[in-house]
Amino acid sequence: MSIAGKVLSEAGTEALLTALREELPYLDVLGMRFETRGDELTAELPFDEKLIGNPFLPALHGGAIAAFAELTALTTLTLMRFAALPGTGGERPAGAPVLPAELHACLPRTIDFTMDYLRPGRPRAAWARARIIRAGRRYASVQTRAWQDRSDRPFVEARGRFLMPEI
Amino acid sequence: MTSQSDTPPAAGPHSEPAPALLPGATPEEVLSYARAFVAAIPHARALGFRLDEIGGGRAVVSMPWAARMVGDASRTGVHGSAIVALLDTCCGAAVVSHPAAGRVTATIDLRIDYLRPARSEQRLIARAELTHLTDKVAFLRAHVESEGAPGRPLATATGAFTVDGRRAASSNTGDFGALS
Repeated sequence: MSIAGKVLSEAGTEALLTALREELPYLDVLGMRFETRGDELTAELPFDEKLIGNPFLPALHGGAIAAFAELTALTTLTLMRFAALPGTGGERPAGAPVLPAELHACLPRTIDFTMDYLRPGRPRAAWARARIIRAGRRYASVQTRAWQDRSDRPFVEARGRFLMPEI
Repeated sequence: MTSQSDTPPAAGPHSEPAPALLPGATPEEVLSYARAFVAAIPHARALGFRLDEIGGGRAVVSMPWAARMVGDASRTGVHGSAIVALLDTCCGAAVVSHPAAGRVTATIDLRIDYLRPARSEQRLIARAELTHLTDKVAFLRAHVESEGAPGRPLATATGAFTVDGRRAASSNTGDFGALS
């Protein structure tokens, strides 16, 4: 991941995601996973029976999908802010943990979040990516899209506003 | 609320029709029946949701405070994501509780405003009510509060849910379709 020319190392990314999982245990409740390719973060929601909302269709629970989208947006913003901090690039030693104080300087708070449900969520894996529309010093606006079989046919689109922590 | 389809499914090959309550069911029987349906929703069961009240376009669903839902380890604060599912389930229950709204529902859109983090380890209580109902769409408002602090909601929400107008003739008995 890179921002304004700064490059986030793999070690830095891994350390941040580890710290994020401790801070947000709900990531593990949902079973979410992340993959980064350069500056692109993709979140995965592996299928689990506990994610089902309507067992008769079956279809994923709308609240689980919303949490998936919101956490994808939060993680994307956190990584963006983290990459802008000193010591997150190639000079960060592998295995160096991200401390809670460092994480709190990067993790935003959700102000509001809106979900548009476009299609049923099927009982299989889903992926999501967040697009940062604008990230200022205090406020960020993010659009998140989630898909399953076809990335050009998202089953949900979401938009959120977030309060960035004081730098 | 939990599933989305282009046309809300009626009782048919894609949904299991719920048995109609016997005419004259008491409110306790209605609640017991609706509770069983909420408990049959896998995600609701996984998060420990409990249906507390339902009827006439309103519903109350609560969940225990649990460490795994807490977003901020340094203080008791429920991360927003954990209460979205609670709001979604509660809104869906409110829709199907209305006599004219039909057996099943799905979320069209849902907006949540996060007002404040939870400051205690009390149960989280979601309350939803219909504000307007057409033959195709139900509009709702809802909020989540910590038990014991009703005047300080953690989050407010507005939502639009699908309505299945094809309701069994026994709608006045308060039968509840799959609370999906």
